[in-house]
Order: sequence, then structure tokens, then C-alpha cells
Amino acid sequence: MTAAEVPVPTALMTEPDATGRFGNFGGRFVPESLVPACQELEAHFRAAWADPAFRKRYEDVLRDYAGRPSPVTVCENLSSALGVKVLLKREDLNHTGSHKINNVVGQGLLALRMGKKRLVAETGAGQHGVATATAAALFGLECTVYMGEVDMERQELNVFRMRLLGAEVRAVRSGSRTLKDAVNEALRDWVATVGHTHYCLGSVMGPHPFPWMVREFQRVIGEEARAQCLEILGRDPDYVVACAGGGSNAAGTFAGFVGTSAQLVGVEAAGGSALGARGVPGVLHGMRSYVLQDEFGQVLEAESISAGLDYPGIGPEHAHLAEVGRARYSSADDDEVLDALQLLARTEGIIPALEPAHALAWLARAARQGEVPAGSTVLVTMSGRGDKDAEQVMKLLGDRL
Amino acid sequence: MSALPAQLDAPRGVPLGDHLARVVASGRKLLVPYVTGGLRADWTTILLAMAAAGADAIEVGLPFSDPMMDGPTIQEASSTALARGTTPSSVAAELRPLEVGVPLVVMTYANLVLRAGTRRFAHQMATAGVRGAIVPDLPLEESATWEADAAAEGVETVLLAAPVTPEDRLATICRRSQGFVYGVNLMGVTGERRDLASSSSVLARRLKALTDKPVVMGFGIATPEQAVAAARPADGVVVASALMRMALDGASPDAIAARVADLRAALDSLG
Repeated sequence: MTAAEVPVPTALMTEPDATGRFGNFGGRFVPESLVPACQELEAHFRAAWADPAFRKRYEDVLRDYAGRPSPVTVCENLSSALGVKVLLKREDLNHTGSHKINNVVGQGLLALRMGKKRLVAETGAGQHGVATATAAALFGLECTVYMGEVDMERQELNVFRMRLLGAEVRAVRSGSRTLKDAVNEALRDWVATVGHTHYCLGSVMGPHPFPWMVREFQRVIGEEARAQCLEILGRDPDYVVACAGGGSNAAGTFAGFVGTSAQLVGVEAAGGSALGARGVPGVLHGMRSYVLQDEFGQVLEAESISAGLDYPGIGPEHAHLAEVGRARYSSADDDEVLDALQLLARTEGIIPALEPAHALAWLARAARQGEVPAGSTVLVTMSGRGDKDAEQVMKLLGDRL
Repeated sequence: MSALPAQLDAPRGVPLGDHLARVVASGRKLLVPYVTGGLRADWTTILLAMAAAGADAIEVGLPFSDPMMDGPTIQEASSTALARGTTPSSVAAELRPLEVGVPLVVMTYANLVLRAGTRRFAHQMATAGVRGAIVPDLPLEESATWEADAAAEGVETVLLAAPVTPEDRLATICRRSQGFVYGVNLMGVTGERRDLASSSSVLARRLKALTDKPVVMGFGIATPEQAVAAARPADGVVVASALMRMALDGASPDAIAARVADLRAALDSLG
């Protein structure tokens, strides 16, 4: 792509264009059977998001049920260890243990408004599945969660939590049996049930309006964090860092800082880095974005210890932010991630989920190498707590502790 | 992107829309069986046997890693073909020497088309004798570039219509679809069903009221009885999963062709 073809970055992280595109990415690549449902969802979301009564209900539930606002913690010990001032946006302290609750409260309320009786969702790490099962229980909706067989094994506890919450968890045995295949299966379910079912997609991906809608439901992370940073630091941080699989916590965080001078950094898993060297533009799961694929367009399987980042694509708005240069994307490998997880646990008494441990791992490396200069201020979104990964981390680290 | 020939030869193969319109005009219902390209070493033998058994066109699936519109059987057929090393290029290479006698229509997903480049993909298929294409995840709003590039290579783009498609979109689909209009019988993915969906005849009648192009119904048609019921208010049917189930279970090309012949006989009884 030549520079002339790159759209001018005017109003970043606002609305996509009429075709659902952020620059060259996004769109609505779905079979005709799903086009009316996507159009209906777009119209309902647009109306709801402009409706003060809907907004108030959403904010009330996030405050009184999910525990928002989540705090920002200044990590003095970690800051001393890294030589940069680290602030954590504590989405791990939300009800259900991650940022995923923000999105499902929004989509759950929207499903009620649309008269839908059932939620269907995909999940990788299980956090979005648990969050969706939670919202379904709260709002009196039926719930089916698709989860890859491989992920069900490594996130056994979350499978149990979903079932305890009354959701049906269906094992996905096709393809790589991870998140990508769970999305396929959820889409197949939705095609057949669209009359009474809402697809509660868990990230800023999929066909329009999902990438836009999910970012708006996650925007609260960045808007709160910006105000909190101004209060704590008296100014915006120099860097804002978040992990990205599909990219919902990163999108929600960046939305609060895109208009500031902060450098925005998304961190993918090294084995699932769609914006890294092996990713090229393509169409997967209803969107045009960067996708890991072979020379013929067959989608490659991502590989990561983090089930939540084990995804061969990335949300289209991230592809756009990368293309226009407003955000940059890097990656962290499994070993760096385990080191970062232990570093945070030991310096701050916070055990992060494997996903946000990627953001910390990048920061640790960048601070060590001077890529983030000493004395910089850095906000990292702590998107989820590490309880769900304890057993897996125990297997990986057990002998080394 | 490789250079294209400055002047195209006349496209190979049998033109889709012209051929099907002639068959419909002769009073015969259309039978379009499906085979996944590269499914087995003898897949082209299956294809030729289908043609000999009375197919009016043949849909050739180009397997994709993430076939979101497909049920378990076509998913299995796709992954089986991919595991054999099947690519769009290998399918094209195997189709090229064939003289099938009826039009070939490829069915695949957008990423394979876009990865190759729309014009290059269309050219590759056209030189293999393919005269039609179905790309279900390129709906009206996303398909214009592909349609134009395909048409320039003599490949007709068949669009899908769904039971939930509102009237104005249905009219646009009928106007833009080339070769035939593909009516999706039911809300769901491909695959055998015990009963033909009631939405099938409703959609077929809506389409017939909007277009003179052949209306071919597909999804969930396995038996001769279902084929007859679906074809009655329409111009014909696509049968895919039932035949691919046989192929996956090891049926011989002759056995698969015998099933196609049964479907042919049932449709001809509608006369």
C-alpha cells in the first residue's frame, strides 16, 4: 500500500464509515442470511447508545453490579524494578475478574431491548464465556457458549463456572479446536437461531457493527483511566499499553487516550501476532483485517500459552490504527510472559492473567532495552486476574519455584 | 500479481446462465450436484460421473480452513481435502484438462479470492474452464469488485438469497446475480435435514415473482423427495452434503453417480 492510499487519520476511534470500515479494514463479510441481523443490530445499537435511559442503565449496572469504576494502582515496587513509573488500570478487580463484563452488560441490555431470549458466545480463555453466562443469568436470558476442546482442557475451572451460572458449554472439535473455531461455531449457531438469539461477540472483531459496538462498550476503561491518570500524574501518561488478541481491552483503553500525546502500544502473543511479520490483510469472521494465513489464504493456527490471545486475526480498528501510525503493535513470547507474571506477583502482590502479562512483558523488555526511557510514565491495562490460569502456570512453573 | 494476457481467448467451458436457461426452457428441472475439489484422489472421476448421470451444472468446492456457512459434512470434506494438500491452484490444474460438458461453478470463501487477488483468481478459474462462482461471504455490499473482475474473465457470480432477505434486497440480488439465483432454503448452515424447511417454497415463490433467471434452491436437500418438493416452485436444486457424506464414507464414483441419477429421475418426473 502506498502512502497516498492510506486514509487521513482525522477522527480516530469514532464511528466507522457507512460500510463499517475503519480506513481499509472492517466491513461486513457475512452470508446473506446474516446481513439483515447485522443491519438490525446496528440500528438498535445506534439508537440505544444515543438513548440517555439506556446509557444510564448500562452505567448503573457497571457501578452497582460490576464494581466500576475500577481503580488505577501506582506500582511503586514494580516501578523501582523497571525504572519507569507503572500505573495499572485494574480491570482484574471487576466482577467476573476481567474487562469482559463491560461488554456483556452492554450487549445483554441491548439483547433485552431487541427482545432476544438467548445469548450465544464464543470464548477462548473462558473469561468472555463466564462474563456472558453472568450477564445471561442477571438478565434472565438463555446462554450457550462455544469453546474449543483444547481451551476447555486448559481452562477447566472457567468451564465449571459457566455451567454453575446456568450456561450450556458446547465443545468445538473442528479445526484447531481453539478460539477461531469457537467463533465459527457461534456464527453457525447464530445463522440458525437469529430470530430469537443475539450473538454476544466478545471482542472488537467480526462483522460491522461488532468492532465498533464492542469498542464503545469498552470505552469506559480508557475514559476512566484518563481521568485517573490526570488526577494521579497531573498529566497524561507517556505510554499506554494493553494486550491484544481480538483487541477489546486495548481498543477500550486506547479510545480514552487516542486524542492525547500518549504513545499507544498493543501487545500480541508472539505465536498469534496478526500485525507482526506473518500477518497479511484478509477476511476472517466477517471482517477485513490482518490475519495469519498461508499463500493461498488458508488461515493459520495461532499458538500461545494464553487461550485469550490464541487468535490468528485482530480487530480491524487496530489494523487501521497501525496503518495510520497512531498505535504500534509488538509481541511477547511465552517465556517473557511467565517472567512478567512472576515479577508482578512478587513485586506488587498481583497475579495477572496470562493475557495482560503480555503487556507487562513488553514493558519489562522495552524498559530494559531503553525503548521506553527511564522515568517515563506508563499506564498498563490489567485486563484480568490470574486465578483462571493458576493451574496452567503451576504446571509450567511448578519445578522452577 | 502475474501479468494477464493482453487479449483473452474465448473463455473455456460451457457458459453458465445461457446453458441453464436453455435447460429450463426445455421444461427440465435443474440438478446441480456438488463435489469438494481435492476431496479424494478420484474426485474428478466423481465429477465426471455426476455429469454423466444427469447434472446440469456442477458446483466445485474450493476448500477453506474456516467454512462458516457449512455444516459438519462439508467441514469434514474441506478439512479432508486440505489435509491432502489441496489448493485453488491444484483444483484448477485438475479441472483444466477435463471435458465435462456442463458448466462448472466454484464455491468458496472470500479470503481465498482476495488472497489471490480478485482478477487473478477469476483468471485462474476461467482458464480451468470454470464459468461461475459462489462466494457466500461476499454479500451485495462487498462483492462489486469481485463481480466486475469475474465478469471480465467470463466467470458469472451467483448470489445467494435467504429466507430473511427483505423484498428490496431480494430484488437487487435477482438483478445482480448471474447464471442463476441461489435460494437458501433455510436459516442455517449446509447439511442434510430430515425434512425440507417450510421456508424453501416461500422463498422460491418470492424469487420466481422477481426474476426470469433460473432459481435454484439449496441447503438441506438430500433425498429425491426433498429435491422434488424444493424444485417444484423453483427451477432446480443443489445437492451437496448427502453426496459428500457418501464420498467421505468411501462410496465409489459409480455409487455416487447412481444417487445423482436417482435425483435426476425424480426431478424428471416433475416434467
